[in-house]
Amino acid sequence: MAQVRVTVDGVNYADDVEPRMLLVQYLRERLGKTGTLIGCDTSNCGACTVSLNGQSVKSCSVLAVQADGTEVTTIEGLARDGQLHPVQSAFNECHGLQCGYCTPGMIMAAVDLLGDNPDPDEHEVREGIEGNLCRCTGYQNIVRSVQRAAQLMKPGASVPTETPAPVAGGN
Amino acid sequence: MTTTAEPTALEFGKARTRKEDARLITGRTRFTDSITPTGTVFLHVVRSPIAHATITGIDKSAAEASPGVFGVYTAADLGAEGIGLPHVWPLTPNEKAPQRPLLAIDTVHFAGEGIAVVLARSAAEARDAADLVEADYEPLAPVLDMEAAVADGADLVHPSLETNVSDVWVFDAGAAGTGGDVDEAITAAEADPDSVVVRRRFRQQRLIPAFMEPRSAVVDPTGEQIVMYSATQVPHVLRTMTTATLGIPESKLRVIAPDVGGGFGGKLSVTPEELLCVVVAQKLGKPVKWTETRSESLLAAHHGRDQIQDITITAKKDGTVTGLDVRLLADMGAYLELVGPGVPVLGAFMFNAIYKIPAYKFTCTTVLTTKTPTGAYRGAGRPEATFAIERIMDELAVELGRDPLELRKQNWITHEEFPFTTVVGLTYDSGNYEQATDKAVELFDYAGLRREQEERRRNGDKVQLGIGISTFTEMCGLAPSRVLGSLGYGAGGWEAASVRMLATGKVEVVTGASGHGQGHETAFSQIVADQLGVPFEDVEILHGDTQISPKGLDTYGSRSLVVGGIAIVKATEKVVAKAKKIAAHMLEASEEDIEFNAGQFTVRGTGQGKAIQEIAWAAFTGHDYPADMEPSLDSDAVYDPENFSYPHGTHLAAIEVDTETGHVDLRHYVCVDDIGTVVNPLIAEGQVHGGLAQGIAQALFEEANYDEQGTLVNGTFVDYTLPSAADLPSFTTATVETPATSNPLGVKGVGEAGTIASTPAIVNGVIDAIRHLGVREVEMPCTSQRVWRAIQDAQGKATRETPIDTHSPGAGLGSIDPNNPQGEVQ
Repeated sequence: MAQVRVTVDGVNYADDVEPRMLLVQYLRERLGKTGTLIGCDTSNCGACTVSLNGQSVKSCSVLAVQADGTEVTTIEGLARDGQLHPVQSAFNECHGLQCGYCTPGMIMAAVDLLGDNPDPDEHEVREGIEGNLCRCTGYQNIVRSVQRAAQLMKPGASVPTETPAPVAGGN
Repeated sequence: MTTTAEPTALEFGKARTRKEDARLITGRTRFTDSITPTGTVFLHVVRSPIAHATITGIDKSAAEASPGVFGVYTAADLGAEGIGLPHVWPLTPNEKAPQRPLLAIDTVHFAGEGIAVVLARSAAEARDAADLVEADYEPLAPVLDMEAAVADGADLVHPSLETNVSDVWVFDAGAAGTGGDVDEAITAAEADPDSVVVRRRFRQQRLIPAFMEPRSAVVDPTGEQIVMYSATQVPHVLRTMTTATLGIPESKLRVIAPDVGGGFGGKLSVTPEELLCVVVAQKLGKPVKWTETRSESLLAAHHGRDQIQDITITAKKDGTVTGLDVRLLADMGAYLELVGPGVPVLGAFMFNAIYKIPAYKFTCTTVLTTKTPTGAYRGAGRPEATFAIERIMDELAVELGRDPLELRKQNWITHEEFPFTTVVGLTYDSGNYEQATDKAVELFDYAGLRREQEERRRNGDKVQLGIGISTFTEMCGLAPSRVLGSLGYGAGGWEAASVRMLATGKVEVVTGASGHGQGHETAFSQIVADQLGVPFEDVEILHGDTQISPKGLDTYGSRSLVVGGIAIVKATEKVVAKAKKIAAHMLEASEEDIEFNAGQFTVRGTGQGKAIQEIAWAAFTGHDYPADMEPSLDSDAVYDPENFSYPHGTHLAAIEVDTETGHVDLRHYVCVDDIGTVVNPLIAEGQVHGGLAQGIAQALFEEANYDEQGTLVNGTFVDYTLPSAADLPSFTTATVETPATSNPLGVKGVGEAGTIASTPAIVNGVIDAIRHLGVREVEMPCTSQRVWRAIQDAQGKATRETPIDTHSPGAGLGSIDPNNPQGEVQ
């Protein structure tokens, strides 16, 4: 067993884990962070994408012990004070999801993409989320969502007019 | 206590954002793998790596001694040797149907078939122990090629059946009296100098549905009823079939499909793993959970398509089509899936498509091979049919020297001719192919692109332009129960709904359609809001749990709206009828004088009225209601459609092909669909986008490849290449609207349209780009290598064959190189 100390969605944890345990397994099985999902076993699909110290990572390709001393944000910690992150709002507004299985990872990847490039064109969005697979949407509305989020995140942009119900348990 | 908020405008047609998103975008979800009752035991399946072999021994001892292991069981250990998985669509009484056991007993019949299960405290311990199960196999000859499989003296998948031909199913319009005899049409055309006969062979490659959520099941036997959570499209079918198969009273099993991450037909099944979880959970008296890995999913979850299509079309030289003969070989894999043989047969009624074809015959031979079983995959039979007819219409146009769009126009059913009974006896209620085509041609700039194509050909450009056309229709809204009965299907096609008016005026709607990404909650809420005149937000849609929604036939075949939605409408009509009686009673008026509009019951000619919420409260209190009724507005309905619905559309693709590398670039895609009236244009457009992506993926990217030993060589997401965002363009989509006349909403269904239509549009475009170089056919997927090879072949240049022709053997991330599956060093 190895010890890991990690902050996930604002809460500090200290746990003994098997050295082989993946970060995604740690999040789901030990912390109950089931909002982060597993879609493959070859790090192709990106459903498990989380933010590790501000960088998006596929949490299936990080060992839990490698996350020692880091700060992790999952889809469950993205909304603040019951207010959705603009990327979350944009996915709703632009119908950027259907079954919702790729969505947590897709949103986390998009947040990272917009951090690097606040105003991506269509081509840049498509290249930027290439590591996240979706089988439902054909990506068109995901691309629209990311570009809409970029608008919402511009300094001085107003909050979206139509948002889903406030998040239960958001922190 | 009551609310009387009035909706300001109709919900129908409004681009509402989805109510279900609030949970899905915040991770507040409940997918099956996220459900783990305390004390859960984890199940892992030990799978055969060999396609066809006799099992000579299984040594479980090391696995049994592994930490945390509760047990390692074969079918014999579970006493399950006599249990066969359900198959509900026998084509004819002569069908040869091998019984599929829960785990292979003496012989494995495809690579990936389970031979044992390991039960352990954690998923990791179960998997560790599974690696310690030692199985010995005596290999048998794999049966992989359909034509070889049906030849005399072929190696047999199931020797006891004495053949690999499971069944032969024929629809002959001449014999059925719905059209002419196609053999006569072909003979006549061959003898007639003013006619042509065009014969082509097309291949529908094997595909994998590849829903994003791997399959998972949790079975909890600790209550009076066994509770099964499953990542399934069909909780109701699963409940009935599980209990019938295992001999459990149907009332003792509750099936819940919680959040389900896509299906596309791939979760329209009753799987060995689901039944094994029930059997083992009963044995251990503990909750049992199974979740597959992606690689297991690609290997062992049912596949789709996989047909060889021999098509003969006859026509007068003036372009009038006179006959169509269809002969299919359809690969069923090693066993017959739940609805396996029904899939190609659904296509029987769609090869004639939108055309007036006087003579027609369809012959389908279902073939057993030592591959993963095939079943429903988005479109199920109709993409295959649409591909063949739309491809051969292009071939006929070339033969006759006609513009392919003009040839289609000459033969399609004109809008004045609806309702039109086709050569297979189906009556298309509505449609307007001219309208959809005109709009598509305009959005696409068909004439301009034809000019550009001419110019590039004249200049001998390295990159050539092709224009792909697909004018499709589909039969959806599965289905009139009597029709399904006549096709041998084991169930009906009705759907059920209940509407409950709660005391506070909120509405609970129970539907038997089990959504898994389609947006049912939103679209159904819009319908109910209009029907009852209540706010959209006040409607709650309940589904996917056989205890909450006891009656239903689930979601597939673009049926949720056109069958399930209409059931909801019928139930709301009953609610309104009951409410009207109470309103008349409360307002001391005659029922005939009560008008209902936008949630208000008013006495005609007066200002007096009651809101539906007030009536719901009155029904709840029961203090004062008419003597001849019960104090309730709640109503149920079961709707059995009278006909299929027939969406249609015109899809146009501009394809660029690099003639030096074979690279295909989809430059522009325009589709104009007629899906009848549209409840929610945002959701409908999303369905079209996703459908297009899957159909385009068949044309360009995806294929399940087996090596000569019968091993799936691209069974990971590294090398089973789903398109990413970077592989697809943005599509130009539009709709036109001729309402269906077969249902009160005028809706037709949209879930499968994009997939059905797009594949032939792409392939027609690829071939159109390089036909002047002598290319007549490129097999799917039209990878760079295949396109390049087709060009070389057409020009008589020799190329070196590779054992398996895929375009992208992964990036070396642990994948198997399809050209060197054994990993041999060269």
